[in-house]
Parts: sequence; structure tokens; C-alpha cells
Amino acid sequence: MIDPALLPHMRPDRSFQGLLLTLQTFWANQGCVVLQPYDMEVGAGTFHPATTLRALGPKHWKAAYAQPSRRPKDGRYGENPNRLQHYYQFQVILKPSPANLQDLYLQSLDAIGIDTKLHDVRFVEDDWESPTLGAWGLGWECWCDGMEVSQFTYFQQVAGFECAPVAGELTYGLERLAMYVQGVENVYDLNFNGREGAEKVTYGDVFLQAEKEYSRHNFEHADTDMLLEQFRMAEAACAKYLAAGEDGERHLMAQPAYDQCIKASHVFNLLDARGVISVTERQSYILRVRELAKACGAAWLKTEAGGGAAA
Amino acid sequence: MPDLLLELFSEEIPARMQAQAADALRKLVTDALVERGLMYEGAKAFVTPRRLALAVHGLPGRQADSKEERKGPRVGAPEAAIQGFLKSTGLASIEQAEVVKDAKKGEFYVALIERPGKATTEVIADIMPDIIRTFPWPKSMRWGTGTMRWVRPLHSIVCTFGTDIEDPEVIRFEIEGIVSGDVTRGHRFLAPEAFPVRRLEDWLAKLEAAKVVADRDRRKAIILNDAKDLALANGLELVEDEGLLEEVCGLVEWPVTLMGSFEERFLDIPDEVIRATIRANQKCFVLRDPRTGRLANRFILVSNIAATDGGKAIVAGNERVIRARLSDAKFFWDTDRRTPMADRLGKFDNITFHEKLGAQGARIGRIVTLAQEIAPLVGADAALAGEAARLAKADLLTEVVGEFPELQGLMGRYYAQHENLPPEVAAASEEHYKPQGPSDRVPSAPVSIAVALADKIDTLVGFWAIDEKPTGSKDPYALRRAALGVIRIILDNELRLPLRPLLVSAARQILGEEHYEHNPHDALGVESFADRLVGEIIKGLTRRLAHVPRGEESTAAAGAERIEGATLSGDLAADLLSFFADRLKVHLRERGARHDLVDAVFALEGQDDLLLVVRRVEALADFLGTEDGRTLLAGYRRAVNILRIEEKKDGVAYKGPAEAKLLKEAAEEHLAAAIETVKHQVSEEVKHEHFAAAMGALSHLRGPVDAFFDAVIVNAPEAPLRANRLKLLDEIRSATRGIADFDRIEG
Ligand SMILES: Nc1ncnc2c1ncn2[C@@H]1O[C@H](COP(=O)(O)OP(=O)(O)O)[C@@H](O)[C@H]1O
Ligand SMILES: [Mg+2]
Repeated sequence: MIDPALLPHMRPDRSFQGLLLTLQTFWANQGCVVLQPYDMEVGAGTFHPATTLRALGPKHWKAAYAQPSRRPKDGRYGENPNRLQHYYQFQVILKPSPANLQDLYLQSLDAIGIDTKLHDVRFVEDDWESPTLGAWGLGWECWCDGMEVSQFTYFQQVAGFECAPVAGELTYGLERLAMYVQGVENVYDLNFNGREGAEKVTYGDVFLQAEKEYSRHNFEHADTDMLLEQFRMAEAACAKYLAAGEDGERHLMAQPAYDQCIKASHVFNLLDARGVISVTERQSYILRVRELAKACGAAWLKTEAGGGAAA
Repeated sequence: MPDLLLELFSEEIPARMQAQAADALRKLVTDALVERGLMYEGAKAFVTPRRLALAVHGLPGRQADSKEERKGPRVGAPEAAIQGFLKSTGLASIEQAEVVKDAKKGEFYVALIERPGKATTEVIADIMPDIIRTFPWPKSMRWGTGTMRWVRPLHSIVCTFGTDIEDPEVIRFEIEGIVSGDVTRGHRFLAPEAFPVRRLEDWLAKLEAAKVVADRDRRKAIILNDAKDLALANGLELVEDEGLLEEVCGLVEWPVTLMGSFEERFLDIPDEVIRATIRANQKCFVLRDPRTGRLANRFILVSNIAATDGGKAIVAGNERVIRARLSDAKFFWDTDRRTPMADRLGKFDNITFHEKLGAQGARIGRIVTLAQEIAPLVGADAALAGEAARLAKADLLTEVVGEFPELQGLMGRYYAQHENLPPEVAAASEEHYKPQGPSDRVPSAPVSIAVALADKIDTLVGFWAIDEKPTGSKDPYALRRAALGVIRIILDNELRLPLRPLLVSAARQILGEEHYEHNPHDALGVESFADRLVGEIIKGLTRRLAHVPRGEESTAAAGAERIEGATLSGDLAADLLSFFADRLKVHLRERGARHDLVDAVFALEGQDDLLLVVRRVEALADFLGTEDGRTLLAGYRRAVNILRIEEKKDGVAYKGPAEAKLLKEAAEEHLAAAIETVKHQVSEEVKHEHFAAAMGALSHLRGPVDAFFDAVIVNAPEAPLRANRLKLLDEIRSATRGIADFDRIEG
């Protein structure tokens, strides 16, 4: 049930930001560190080092954060009611996955106003795999009245390494959830700030122009020569930083190297959207990014936070 | 007698795995019980999204005691042997063993080992952890800090044992901190509280009260009945869908069937696309309007709860998602129709069909050529067949097929119709993929046949050329299905179509192409060079097969010779033909034909006309069913046996015909004359494909053969006579060869 003490403009069923804040509060109450988005372009919250890297190694970890997710190919010039090339994921990672993770997830839905006695919430098999991250896990997509609103995964492998303990990852598609609880048909009609009348700001006010501009960019104008060069540079820099950070049993620069892996991945997504990568090349690009991810994962496991080196 | 109840309660089990898991649990547990001497009266498994359960009823309370006599060393054997015996039998001293006398071996020890049977509960507690740990899930996972694997996190286990008159006993065992007990839970949302259960009836009843229908078949029946009723009440018909029903019943513990609708304007989209959209993404059923035969703008969803508002919110939510999905589908359908199919073809040059077989574009080119070649043989117009083949794959590049691969072919038909292309071309788009499975329709329109055969033959030859033949249970490119498709198309349409030349043409295109890639300047005017190029083509191919990089020809040459035999387009065709023969055998066997007869016919040289093969087999079967046929077969065997023995003895092969002047006895002459006539008749009849008549002719040999064996001694003392008679026997053999290889006939 939505907290009745919330001010009207903070209610998750009235305001997009209210929804985000409610989820943050909920997971903060579960002991998560509430982080801010990673300051790089990523395709999903999973790429945030707080998930990819922290899922590796023996150390326990609980975090929650919103992450702008860039999916260049999902651009629809602002014309699709629920598909965006830039949208928000709310990401929760709990390592080890607690026995009551499903219950916690359902409680979080309750907190944003989804009554499970009224709505049909379902866990439908959907095994998650990220070929670029060398990662996979088993879990579900979570449906609410037939709408996929979250992804729920028990990580088994990341960067080619077995996860032990296993981390549980929840990814909420914030816009789709908000449309759901606000009862709107089109993402651009979402009430962003929870105000009414002249003070009301919609999702469209904030993002519609950007969706149009970036769709043009992603499909028509992104500078492919530059991107091809950036891919090569990021790949080379990643290798360089990994080599420079080697320190016997320890590694001293896993995270800067991983940034370059993230960079390469996003640049690849842009190239893919521009349609300049053939089917055969596609596979080899994915493999190249995966190699970077694996090397970064190996380096991370030799760091202190990765559990591999004494302080 | 007591019953066992077992329930493994977990997070949501994927729907597609549930039925198999239930079977596996029943089999694993009952097998383990039987192996330990615990027979049972019946067993039934249950599965829902959150629980996998088993009831085994009529088990004994304990294992029977067992007695075993174990033979030991002889009396006075070395101390080490005695000690070993004591250790393995568990006896405290050798005095506990009996001494037995044996006439041959003298005196030796025998231990009498008595084992009291264990209580069934103890046996079950022993076997369960192992069964759970090694359970054959197609995919399993770890969770938390544990190391055990299950399909999704396992939460609790119920395990009880007892009769219906007593309080059942809880069988305790532990696995990764989960201790079995007698407590379970009901529906996730409708009755989440924990409660104790006793035995099967109690478990079923309490679950039902807690909004869980544990029996999978019952859930299915409920869904199907409710869906039909709901449809009927609205004057509509449910479009039944067994696959979807299976899946949906694995997504709910408490099925509640509801109906929703969508805007009529979406009915512009083809029915199949609407159905695929609603089925794949939303797992809902569609409905037909019996008055129009088309889909209605309604759907049926199966929710997992009886909602407090009667399902209004659930229906509204699903309607919203379906509306969004259908507007996507409509967008795709409209977009696709704006680009003519032919305009998409260029893209195929950049799409790899298989890394060793090049681009999809090249493959389509080959199919076009082959379809044109096949066309006149199957009564199709060559130009039309070529055009149909050129466009048959074009729909793979459309948005709708990208979204719903299962609609490939069908969408091609729609788009071709939309472009007003010839109806044959539209039909071939859809039908060239057929037949897919045993119940699928076989194409019968000539153009569709030409394209379907060309597509399948190119696939088969291609994968043969790169040595990716099916092995054992592995057939990733569905080559068996392709071969069976060719067979069924030929037989069902009664086509006279020798396969060998087609396989060779297909092989030449594929093998040649590799060559053109390496020698682009030869591509022009290649036809005139063809003969000279053959050698080089083979070299190129063997190099590729031997994975030898270019520039290392000398090593390749050695390998080339080795592989040559297997890769020449001719031998490749021969190898592939024998694959067809195998598939044909399987196909005919499924229809009750004798596989030995298929073998007998295929053993003849150059059998590549499947229809003729089948006609021969049929005629042969009929013939062998007659008195004449059986007797002739017996005579044939007698002749061949004698021949074989004598040929072995003499180390020579006797080849007919016999010399007329050496024929002494009347029966001999008679037989020789009969063979002469029959051979001639058989070959005439076979030439005209009158196989029954050929068999009739053959039956005229029966009398003379019998008479020959009655009156004539083959192994005559005079060597020339003997040799001549053996030659005559060989003539019997060769007379039958016009029909089949009688050696391969069994029984
Ligand atoms: N292009 C998009 N625009 C808006 N929401 C999206 C988009 N793609 C996915 N989502 C939402 O985000 C959630 C997570 O997306 P998913 O693709 O499953 O993430 P991941 O790539 O991290 O597995 C989905 O459940 C869905 O609700
Ligand atoms: Mg998903």
C-alpha cells in the first residue's frame, strides 16, 4: 500500500519522480547503499560497476540506484508509446541473494501501489544473458497484468567467472511501471513532478525532444568513422590500463580499465544502430567486448573489493 | 499399506519444464524404491509453478530381510585370504563361518550373511537427498551462499509416510539446511500462510482450499472448459492451441479465465499475425467468429488470481498491453507492404547463411538455378519457378517475420499477394518450406514442388559438402527432415525424378562457387572451362575441407587425394543417395513396408528414382506373398548356397551364361531356355516399369528351377559339366537381379 503520509505530489501513482523516490526509500530500508547513476553511457543498469564488478568475488553487497539506459536501436523518434532509446532502469543488487528476495520484490510493488489482490503478478521464465559481459543468470520477467515490468535474475556467471555467492538482481523498467500505476497510455503523458495545472511537468516535456534528436543521431548521423576509431581506442586503452595495473597478486586499476570496456560496448551499440556492422562482424565485436569484460573481471578479483587482495 | 507424499516447494518453475520434471521425479523415486526391494501399487506426480510433488501408494513398511551365502577360501587357505574373507563378510572370526564339503574342491568356508530389512522411511530418507541433488533439470542454478542446484531456489520439502488410519510419520532428511517436514503453503497471493499436511488426500484438499489446483491435467481441463464456455457465451469459438494451453497451465496455480477485447481496426492485420502477437507476447488465446470464419476482436487470458474486483483491472491492463503490441504489429505489417519483396533481395548478399557456405544471396541464386532445372521435370514453368525461388526467402527480411520467425513463408505469401505477383509465386513462398513435420501438408502445386525440392536439395548437398552430416541424435541443420521432405514430395506426387543428376548439379554449384571466390577472373565464361576446372575445383574444396590455408598447396595435395573420393561431386551424390535410401527405409517402415525389401532394391546399381524404388518394393512384397514367390525364393537360395560353397572351394566366380552344348539333361536345357526367356521378359517389363508383370515373368522360373534341382546333380563328376551347371546357377542369380538383390531379402 502507498504510504498515506506521502504528500500528493510525492505519491508514486501521481509522479514519476515519486515512484523513483519510493523505490529508493524502500530499498534503503532494506539496508542497500543508494547510489547515483554511473556517469557513463550504458545499455543497462547491469553495466554499472556496482553490479558487474561487485557481483564478482566473495564480499557481500547491497545496492540500489537508478540508471539511465541507452538503447540506440530502440529509438522511435518519440512515436512509440512505451519504447525509448533512453529510459530509466531502477536496479537493485543483493549479494548473497536473500531467501525472501521474491517477497521483498512484491513488497516493493506494494509500496508503489500495485495491489497483488487486484492485479495479476506473475514470474515468467526469462533467462538473462549478456553476451558482451560474458554473463548469464536464471530468473524471470515479472508481469503485471500481462505487462513486463521488471527483470529478476540470479546471477550465475559474470565476466566468465562463476558467481559465489550468487547475487540477486532486480531491474525495474521505471517508465513502464509508472505508466502502469499512473494509468496512462503513453509514456510522454506521464506526470513527472506530481504537480497539476500550470506546474505540471510531463515526461514528454523533459524527454520528447531528446528522443527525437537522439533517434536522428543514432540512426542517421552518428559519426561512424569517429565511432570505429573510438572503439579501437577504448579497446586499446582497456588493455593498456589492465597491463599497467598488474601488480603481482594484486591489481591496481581494474575500474578505469572497466570504464573503457563500458565505452566500447556503448560505441558498439551505436555502430549497430547505424547499421554499419554486418552480421558476421557483429559476432566478432561482441566477442571483443566480452574479452575486455573478462579481463576486467579477472583484474577486479585481484583487488581488495573483489576479495582478492588483503588491504 | 502406507503411502508416501513428497512435495518440493520452490520459486516459479519454468512452464516448459514442468511436465518433464514431474515424470522424472516419479521415475527416479520409484526406480530407487524398487531397486531397494520396495514394490509399490501406484504413483502419481503433480506439478504447479511452485511445487513438484509425488504420491507413491501401497508401499511396504519395511524391506524384507535378506539372506546371502557367500563362498570363501578353502579350509587351510593362507591367513591373508581368511582375513580378507572375514572383512568382506563382516564376520568376527572364522568360527562363525560354515564349512562345506565339495567333491572336487574339498572343504571350504561359507559365510551366511543375514541382513535385516530397513524401515521404508529410512530408505526414503537415504535416497532423497541424492535424487534432489542430481535432478535432471534442463537448466539449474545456485542461489545465496549455497552450492546445491535446483531449477530455482528451493524453499521447503514435505515428506510424509503412513496409512490412512494412523497419523503419518514425517520422514526427515536435510539438504543444504532445508529439513523436510509436513508444512507447505497455498497460493502466493490468495492464501500465503503455511499449514501442515498429512497425506495425499489431505494435501490435495487443503491446497484446493488454499487456491491451488495441484493436478496439472485438471488445471488444463479447467482452463479449456472455461475458455470454451466463455467463448460460447459470447457467440464465438475458441481457437484451440495445445502448445499454449500446456504453457499457460504451467503459469498458474489457480486458473481464472477472463475475456478482453481490442479495437476492430486491428483486424486489418492477417489473422496469423494477430494470433502470433497475442500468443507469443501475452500468452492469450484468440477467438474465431463462426459467422465469418475470421478472428474476432476478442481474446481470452488466464490469470492466476480471483481478483477482488472480479478481474476488471486485470482485463484492462492486458487490453492495454495487447493494444500496444498490436499497434506494433500493424506498424510492421504496414511498413513491410511498402517495400516490394524484390527490393529486399540485395541485402541477402551481406547475410551469412553458414560461414562455410557463404552468403544467403548466393544460396538463393543456387536455388533459383536448381528450381529452373527441376521445373520441366515436375510440370512447372521454368521461368515461374525461377521467379518463385528468387522471392521465396524475401520475407525473412520483413519486420513481421523478424518479430515472429514462425510466420516465415506465410508472410511471403501475403506480401506476394499484396504485390499481385502470380499466385504460383505467392503459394511457393509459403509451401516451399513444407512438409515440416509428419502431419504437415506436402506441396502439390508444380512451382511449389520445384522450389521446395531445390531448397531442400541445396541444403542437403551444401552441408554434405562441408561435412556437417547428421550423426546419432545430432542433426542441428534438420537434414533428416529435409531428406524426408524430398522423399514425401516425390512419393506423394508420384514424381518420376532421378535424384542423382540433381544432386550433381547442386554439388557443382556449391563446389564451383568456392572456386569462383578464389579465382574471380574465371567466373566469366566458366561453362566452357568447366571440364578443365573440375580438377581445380576439387583441389579448392579439399583444401578447404582439410582446413589448409591457401599457399600450402603441396601439403594440401597429399590431403586432397585422401579426401578426394569423398568430395567429388559424384561421390558426394552417391553418399547422399545412400542417406536418402536410409531415410526412405525409415519412411516406408513407418508405413509398414519391409526394410529388407527396400535394401534389396537399393542394392541394385543406380537406384535414384525413389518412386520406382517404391514401386519395385511393392511389387516384390506382393510377389513374395504368393506361393510362386516363396518357392522361387527358396530355389534361388538353394542355387546361391551351392554356388557360394563351390566358388569358395574352387576360388573362382562362375559367371553365366552356360554353354548350350554342355547341357546334357532335359531339365538343364529346359531351365537354360526358361532363363533366357525370363531374363528377356523381365528386362522388357522393367524397362516399361511394369514391375508386377516382371514378377509374373520371374515366377515362370519356379517350375524349371524346381525340376532342375529334382533331376540334376550340380556337382557332376565331369568337371566341364559341373562348371557349366554352376554357370547355370549363376544365371538364376542374374535373372533375379533385374528386380532386386534377393540376397538381402530376409525371412
Ligand atoms: N526501450 C525501452 N524503453 C522503455 N522501457 C524498456 C525498454 N526496454 C526495456 N524496458 C523495460 O526495462 C526492463 C528491463 O529491460 P531488459 O531489456 O529486460 O533489461 P536488461 O537488458 O537489463 O535485461 C524491462 O522489464 C522493461 O520493463
Ligand atoms: Mg527482459
